[in-house]
Amino acid sequence: MNHAATDLTPLPSPGEELQPRTYGPLTRTDIVRYAGASGDFNPIHHDEPFATAAGFPTVFSIGMYQAGILAGYVVEQFGAATVRRFTVRFQEPVYPGDELTCQARITTVASAHDRHRLEVELEGRRQTGGLAVTGTAVFELPE
Amino acid sequence: MYTMPIERGKIREFALATHNDHPDHQGEDAVAPPTFLTIAGLAWEPADESPLAELGFDLERVLHGEEEYVIHGHLPRAGTVVTVEARVAERFEKDGRRGGRLRFAVIVREFRDDAGDLIAEQRTTVVETAHAPEKT
Repeated sequence: MNHAATDLTPLPSPGEELQPRTYGPLTRTDIVRYAGASGDFNPIHHDEPFATAAGFPTVFSIGMYQAGILAGYVVEQFGAATVRRFTVRFQEPVYPGDELTCQARITTVASAHDRHRLEVELEGRRQTGGLAVTGTAVFELPE
Repeated sequence: MYTMPIERGKIREFALATHNDHPDHQGEDAVAPPTFLTIAGLAWEPADESPLAELGFDLERVLHGEEEYVIHGHLPRAGTVVTVEARVAERFEKDGRRGGRLRFAVIVREFRDDAGDLIAEQRTTVVETAHAPEKT
C-alpha cells in the first residue's frame, strides 16, 4: 500500500473526489477480531444462535467496525496527525460477506497563515449499493 | 473519572482490525487511529460511571445512531495516559415512523492528558427504538 506523505502540491479542490477503496469481503472472523480489539462483546455480532433467536437472519457487524474502516480510509489520505474531526452516522447494517467501498469528496478548503483546513464528506457503501455509513472528516494540513 | 493508557500493542491490534496498515500506527510512538478512543467506554469505564447504564434504556432496543470524535491538537500517541469523564449530555425524543416514541441520548466523553488539557471529545448518539429493531 502506498502511503501518501503530506506532499499536497497542489492542494485538493472543493468538489474533488478522492480515490475510493473497497474493503472485504468482511468475514465473521473480521467482526470477532474487531470485537476483541475494541472490547465490544455484544453477542448479537458473533453468536449465531443468539442473533437468530433475536430474530435476525444472522450476526451483523459492529457499527464501529465499519466506522473504524472508514476512519482508516481517512488516515490513508493525509496521515493520522492531520485528523481533527471524524463523524459517522449509521445508516444500514453490514453483514458477513459484505464489501465496503469507502469514498470521500472534498467539500471545503480554507487556508490561513501556515495551515490548510480541509473538510470532506464520506461514504461507506455496501456491494448492494446501500449506504452503510455516511460521515465527515476535517483535516488540518501544514503548509 | 477514570484513566486509560494509550498502548502501542493495542493501537497496532486496533489498526489491523480496521484494515488500517498506515505506518503512523506502528512503532513506539504510534498514533491512535481516529476511533480508537471508543475503547474507553467499552473496556475501561467503571460500571458506576456508565452513562448508558444511567439512562435506563432497554438495551435490546438500543441502536447506535451516530459517533463523533473531535481532536484538539492531534490524536494521542502510545505512552500517553488519558483521563476520561463520561456524561449524558443531551436527551430528546421524537415520534417514530412506525408509531411510538424514539428516545435519543447523546453521551459525551472528554479525554484529557496528564497536564489536564482537553485532547479529544467523543459524542455517541444512541437511540432506544419504540419497538424491537426491525429484522431484515
